[in-house]
Amino acid sequence: MKKIQILGTGCPKCKKLMENAETAAKAMGIEYTIEKITGINDIMKFGVMMTPALAVDGEVKLVGKVSGPEEIKKLLA
Amino acid sequence: MNWKTEWKKLVIVIGIFIGSFYLPVGTPRFDKAITESLHLVKWYAREHVLLCLVPAFFIAGAIAVFVSQASVMKYLGAKANKILAYGVASVSGTLLAVCSCTVLPLFAGIYRMGAGLGPATTFLYSGPAINVLAIILTARILGFEIGVARAVGAVVFSIVIGLIMHFIYRKEGFERTAAQAAMPDPEVERPLWQSVLYFAAMIGVLVFANWGKPVQEAGLWYAIYTSKWIIAAVFGIALAVFLVLWFGLAWWKILLGAVTVAVLAVLYPDKPIASFTAAALAISVITSTAKGPTKDWFDASWGFAKQILPLLLFGVLIAGALLGSEPGAEGLIPNKWVQGAVGGNSFFANFFASFAGAFMYFATLTEVPIVQGLMASGMGKGPALALLLAGPALSLPSMLVVKSVIGTQKTIVYVSLVIVMSTISGMIFGVFWG
Repeated sequence: MKKIQILGTGCPKCKKLMENAETAAKAMGIEYTIEKITGINDIMKFGVMMTPALAVDGEVKLVGKVSGPEEIKKLLA
Repeated sequence: MNWKTEWKKLVIVIGIFIGSFYLPVGTPRFDKAITESLHLVKWYAREHVLLCLVPAFFIAGAIAVFVSQASVMKYLGAKANKILAYGVASVSGTLLAVCSCTVLPLFAGIYRMGAGLGPATTFLYSGPAINVLAIILTARILGFEIGVARAVGAVVFSIVIGLIMHFIYRKEGFERTAAQAAMPDPEVERPLWQSVLYFAAMIGVLVFANWGKPVQEAGLWYAIYTSKWIIAAVFGIALAVFLVLWFGLAWWKILLGAVTVAVLAVLYPDKPIASFTAAALAISVITSTAKGPTKDWFDASWGFAKQILPLLLFGVLIAGALLGSEPGAEGLIPNKWVQGAVGGNSFFANFFASFAGAFMYFATLTEVPIVQGLMASGMGKGPALALLLAGPALSLPSMLVVKSVIGTQKTIVYVSLVIVMSTISGMIFGVFWG
């Protein structure tokens, strides 16, 4: 069970990253939960300044850019 | 029907109905306002989209992809030299705040994990004003002086505000978040001189393609104006060469694109816009079908275009309808009101512009058509600058986010400082250039 978290204040890029992450997780057929973190202080707790960012099981894997599903697959593996 | 869940929609429906029922179609002022609004949209489409916005999107995309943001952020980190941090914070908006939605997380990050309150507020104030799209559009539409004044004013006053904030709260410790700041991995590194030349080529195309016709038909500026397309083409060719040499684009694709552009330039020498559009299309097709960094570049540029164009269109429509499109023309708001509130360069006019700007929300770049409309209706140049400085830096929604990061008292102090500083810079600008 992977816990995927998308960090971002709600700009279009964050939504795009969430879509890409879901596509990647579905394509891999893994069990996952996906959660959006939008509160700025919650984002800071991850140590992230550049949004959007992606965390897997609480560990920040991607900062400040939107990656395609292919790249996210590698981060989820 | 479930009243509890549906009442909001019903209110909206009734509101739109009443609005349509009493729609003032046929009254001269309303019809004029609609025409004005459409005129303004047409003027933007003809004068600004192809030559100015399209290259600006490519530059913004390139900054987002090719400038290593991690290397800038290290000057704003917890261990950074404090004096240097103010300087970097005041100008780094150009490189970091390419999209307004990134300003607030960066602000919170610099405050909690980095150089602290002073540099964070410096960044918060200057960031939106000196992002590359804002500078280009302001200088192009509102005039070179206001463009420069906006950038310089934002940089100078952001440092002043940052230092004052630091001074007021110098004794106060704050909870530094324990988390180590996660930085993006540096992108593919290339030598600095290559990046500089690459950006110079793009900026050269933008600047010379938009070179305005000077009043006098003689002298250096006019000479540049008459040969601006040749100069822009030279920069364009340089860009094409760099893309092949350093970014690994297929040379035959670039050549094919260049030949098409050249053929169009020979066939239609009096319509440079045709060649320019072809060049933009060629570069879009080539970069979007390539792999690796150049595709990221195109994606980032397209991302900006998608995000900003609808907002700008909407902003232009509204500004045109409310304020009219050119001096003398009137929109829904009478010019007398505008002149009364923000005409001239009085203290009140500057203060009113700053105050209104601080609370109003401007979607990315829409401050430009709005200020343009206000100036056409009689706003002074000083208050225009005051609005440009206070407006994008703050809005009611952003104040709420800032409050959740630094607390109510500091937010009030910050907002007051922004209003005071913007008023002062507006007055100074108005005295010399008004």
